[in-house]
Amino acid sequence: MKQPVNKTLWLSSAFALLLPASAMADINMFARTTGDTCFACHGPNGKGVPGGSIPPIAGKDAGYLAQTMKDFRSGKRPSTIMQRHAKGYTDAEIETIAQYLSQIK
Amino acid sequence: MSIKFTRRNFIRTASVTAALPAGALLTSAHAMTSVQGTAQPHVVVIGGGFGGATCAKYLRRYDSNIRVTLIEPKKTYTTCPGSNWYLAGLTDFDSITHSYQALKDKHGINVVHEWVSGIDPAGKTVKLKNGETLQYDRLVVSPGIDFRWDTIEGYGPEDVDKVPHAWQAGPQTKLLYDQLRAMPNGGTYIICPPPNPFRCPPGPYERVSMVADYFKKHKPKSKIIILDAKDKFSKMPLFMQGWQDLYGDMIEWIGASDGGRIKSVDVASKTVTTAEGETFKADVLNVIPAQKAGKLAFDAGLTNESGWCPVHQNTFESTIHKGVYVIGDSSIAGKMPKSGHSANSQGKICAAAIAVDLNGWDMPRPKLANTCYSLVANDYGISVVAVYQFDGKVMNKVKGAGGVTPKGAAPSQYLAEATYARGWYKSITHDTWLG
Repeated sequence: MKQPVNKTLWLSSAFALLLPASAMADINMFARTTGDTCFACHGPNGKGVPGGSIPPIAGKDAGYLAQTMKDFRSGKRPSTIMQRHAKGYTDAEIETIAQYLSQIK
Repeated sequence: MSIKFTRRNFIRTASVTAALPAGALLTSAHAMTSVQGTAQPHVVVIGGGFGGATCAKYLRRYDSNIRVTLIEPKKTYTTCPGSNWYLAGLTDFDSITHSYQALKDKHGINVVHEWVSGIDPAGKTVKLKNGETLQYDRLVVSPGIDFRWDTIEGYGPEDVDKVPHAWQAGPQTKLLYDQLRAMPNGGTYIICPPPNPFRCPPGPYERVSMVADYFKKHKPKSKIIILDAKDKFSKMPLFMQGWQDLYGDMIEWIGASDGGRIKSVDVASKTVTTAEGETFKADVLNVIPAQKAGKLAFDAGLTNESGWCPVHQNTFESTIHKGVYVIGDSSIAGKMPKSGHSANSQGKICAAAIAVDLNGWDMPRPKLANTCYSLVANDYGISVVAVYQFDGKVMNKVKGAGGVTPKGAAPSQYLAEATYARGWYKSITHDTWLG
């Protein structure tokens, strides 16, 4: 029998439990699954790797993360590869992913 | 028994657990699901490379109620990324070889080191060589590549101990390393890259760079000849510029149209004959044959006439067998290259798709990323980047994003990319196996 599981349960499985309800509504499955692809370079949970050269992104201020991505995208902040990545995302996508990453403890 | 799990009572539960660390939250999420009385679904993942190991880990991340069994015959996994760096002597073999301990201990995955002897998609079972039969609810297959041994006369699987391909990392990589070390100064290394599509498009050319780096330091009179089955290759202008700047005339590339396509190999004399009938004799010969999906994919009937596995590219579920997912090099993944990074991304989206399917959630349409770094020298890195999203039909490139390292950039850019290449390796191996 199919359980009447609320979609929110999806969000609960690791991080969203730490959030107030209002913030939780801002995180969507797009942000979570897309944000998780950042970990290939930025380490498990976006926390970097000891001795690694790619900085952590988890738990940073959402506004800072979003602005950094936007500045990479415009070229205002110089980068090696991040401009090439950032150009693949809209403002709204950057903001929602930043929100998700900022809430990783 | 069924307890309707509303957002309201979920949040109430959440407030109780709010003070716990992330690890404990997984347990509480698990407990909550158990409250509903849901049976624990079993997902079997076959193949412990970048695709399979990532998928196993992220299945547990997305729904800790899922029981995951990862089947991989090897006790440790040696990666193709980084294996060229090892050939140059820039890193040691242990640094590119990883254990499954963290997946077992930290993520609760049942890792079984055994060969698969058969898959029954209708009966939803996997048979192991030890006689055991596993029942699954969903199956993920990530078998990597196999070679088309019928494409080059005189070169078959029995010849790889003399003429390595070194395109599946491990003993083959060590063999090529040893042959390069034993080669006299002034010798010739010949590499024959395969036609498209193949695992790691920039890989053969990074290998050339790394062998050149080793020769320049230790055997400067030596030559490298590339007999290519193609007329162009990944990051070609960047590699060409780097080779010219760093290695002068040590490297000669012969494209398919200029007589580079090989027809046959004489293993005993390490001589290659091209389609035009010209012969080239090597001291160290490295033939990388044309490729197809891993053998397991064929055995399970997951391939089509192309020799690769067609999948619904938003979920990576096979279009041939329902409930079976194919990720990594074996899959037909739209514009995504066959790379470790692609496989890692696909492992995550596949894990999400299975969690979504098992729980009746909505499938998101995430954006995936791929970055392929290559070292042209120890302090000289280049890259190609792309962002992908399912467009309703295929996993397509997001327009306006991606691209390669600018040609003629300042040395500081190449140095930074070499540093980030190593950082990428550390991170992705932790994301896949170690962290």
